[in-house]
Amino acid sequence: MSQSRKTLLLGAVAYDPKVVTIWEGFRDFFAAHELDFDVVLFTNYERQVLAHLDGAVDVAWNSPLAWLQFEAAAARRGRAAAAIAMRDSDRDLSSYIVVREGGGVGSLAELRGKTIAVGASDSPQATMIPLQLLREQGLQPGRDVEVRRFDVLVGKHGDHIGGERDAARALMAGEVAAACMIDGNHLLFAREGVLPAGSTKVLAQTPPYDHCNFSVFAELQDDPRLRRFVELLLGMSYADAAVRPLMDLEGLKQWLPGRISGYAQLERACAATSALAPLLALAEGLP
Amino acid sequence: MSDAERLVVALGPLGLDDGGEVLLSWRLRTVAAGAQVEVISGRPELAQQGRPWCRALGHGFVEARAHGFVLCKGPAHAARWLGAERAGAVDAHAQGAVVAHPPAHWALAPRGALVEAGTQPLHFALSDRELVWSDDAATLYAQGAAAQWDPATAIPWHERPALAPEIEDAVVQVMTFLIENETAALLVPARFVAQLHPHFREVMQLLALQVADEARHIEVFTRRAALVRGSLGTTSAGGQASLRTLVEEPDFAIAALLLAVLGEGSFLSLLWFLDEHGPDPITRTVARLAARDEARHVAFGLAHLQRHLQHDPALLPRLAAAIHRRHDALAHSAGLNADVFDALVVLAAGSLDPDAIARGHAAVVALAADMDRGRQRRLARLGFGADEAAALSALHTRNFM
Ligand SMILES: [Fe+2]
Ligand SMILES: [Fe+2]
Repeated sequence: MSQSRKTLLLGAVAYDPKVVTIWEGFRDFFAAHELDFDVVLFTNYERQVLAHLDGAVDVAWNSPLAWLQFEAAAARRGRAAAAIAMRDSDRDLSSYIVVREGGGVGSLAELRGKTIAVGASDSPQATMIPLQLLREQGLQPGRDVEVRRFDVLVGKHGDHIGGERDAARALMAGEVAAACMIDGNHLLFAREGVLPAGSTKVLAQTPPYDHCNFSVFAELQDDPRLRRFVELLLGMSYADAAVRPLMDLEGLKQWLPGRISGYAQLERACAATSALAPLLALAEGLP
Repeated sequence: MSDAERLVVALGPLGLDDGGEVLLSWRLRTVAAGAQVEVISGRPELAQQGRPWCRALGHGFVEARAHGFVLCKGPAHAARWLGAERAGAVDAHAQGAVVAHPPAHWALAPRGALVEAGTQPLHFALSDRELVWSDDAATLYAQGAAAQWDPATAIPWHERPALAPEIEDAVVQVMTFLIENETAALLVPARFVAQLHPHFREVMQLLALQVADEARHIEVFTRRAALVRGSLGTTSAGGQASLRTLVEEPDFAIAALLLAVLGEGSFLSLLWFLDEHGPDPITRTVARLAARDEARHVAFGLAHLQRHLQHDPALLPRLAAAIHRRHDALAHSAGLNADVFDALVVLAAGSLDPDAIARGHAAVVALAADMDRGRQRRLARLGFGADEAAALSALHTRNFM
């Protein structure tokens, strides 16, 4: 925590206009509970991680990839990172590799030589984690399986779901043999009619993994303002009409303590593709 | 919990993307938070849909099964309705059904509905029961709804009039005057209905119906005016000045007095006059049908002012002051368009023959006296003494409305 700053500053990425509504609302909630709190919005996670490393914010609402970037860059400076809270809906997600029903692909092995559609190149859920599943099943993306990317808003780490929807459309149009998406979007696209009921099947699913968290430098966890921040988050109730609309917008029913046990698959994906290198190089250049 | 104790929800051929989620949500209402429920269906990917579905709704996903999954019901649904409020009651006659001050956060909630806490407030300027409510509103609305007539079929449009030119001119001029007045009579309730808290449903409906009535009046008067000549008569600065004071009146009670009780009340006499003296069946019919609607508008104005006065006797002198104020504001305007006065005389005369004109003139003088008596009678019903009612009626605009 910056010693010269009284206000607890949170960084968040504005992947959608609703982010402004959400954090303005939470700021009011914290103000009502006498926590001096403000928000800095970033256009992309890399900028947010660099600012966080630089001390420009005290806590960052990080995507899983941004968490790994922050953790790795902090480690290079001899500092530990910690995840202090997350949504109930950030735990135990799964990504699906989806094929057309009757499309002639009955197993992962049968994807060899075919094309698979993924989301944005920096999307953990729609690209990095499912491609890692292929690797671990002996299929090297780009060599054994052709990868078609649907890059929408790179830098948002897949928070914008447009890329996944485009991948699902390409699957139904017969342009690709399979498409990758997070479980919730698989259900969403089915309801939207992008994936008509009964027209697809889940060829493979990843083991459960975790999504966003509030990240901090570990040594700051005991700062009274951060402790109060976590206490207020965990105390937020879905029965409270003042915050329920914000919780609905942010997609949670309850805030939970942070945990970092759910990022192993993404970590292996980053290792396999050197995905952390560009951020780490940028971080080297910081004073 | 053993399998035997669990509720099992069978979705048949459905998944959670084609209606099964509706069935499941419905069945989940019957169990308490914390209960385990097994969900089965013929869809092979049911468990894969169940995991994100549970996460999004705050249910625990316990495990995947061969034909579905097991969930643990979460508390979110119940939490959402904690602190919800019943917005009065649907039947206006029930105890506490229509509250004195419906809060802004009930917003557009139908009266009697359960309103989620945290609903964004919507501010309505007219949200005071004693200001707007009338127990008669429901009855008047029902009568009005039943009495709607179809302008296309209720008027004998096929009986095209072939009148002497001066009589047709007089009809066109009177119709032009009526249209202008009906326009003011449409705008006033239209403005107030948009400011009225929807909790007062029957009043809202009645005002809306009144707007629709005036729209029909404008339609049939316009059609009759243009039927033969294809063009309209004159509109005077004085007449418009009078109507302007109605349209600009911001106070609901004062507007009701000036428009409904005094204006539309006087108009009733005028429409009956046209029913009696109208030279052709179309003119007589449009006047008669409009008069029927106007009688309802007057009745509502009187009813809610009477109720308002019961609760707030200080309103009476405010109403008197408003009549004086309007009179002063219009003192230097010409009042009734002279063309309209002349046209009424010619209509009642039936020709330009001097003897006939004498009769027509006497009829219009009688009309003015009839209007005056009606206003005095209605003012007396509001609680004014006979002398004051007579004095106030005399101050009413010469433009009739
Ligand atoms: Fe009318
Ligand atoms: Fe009217």
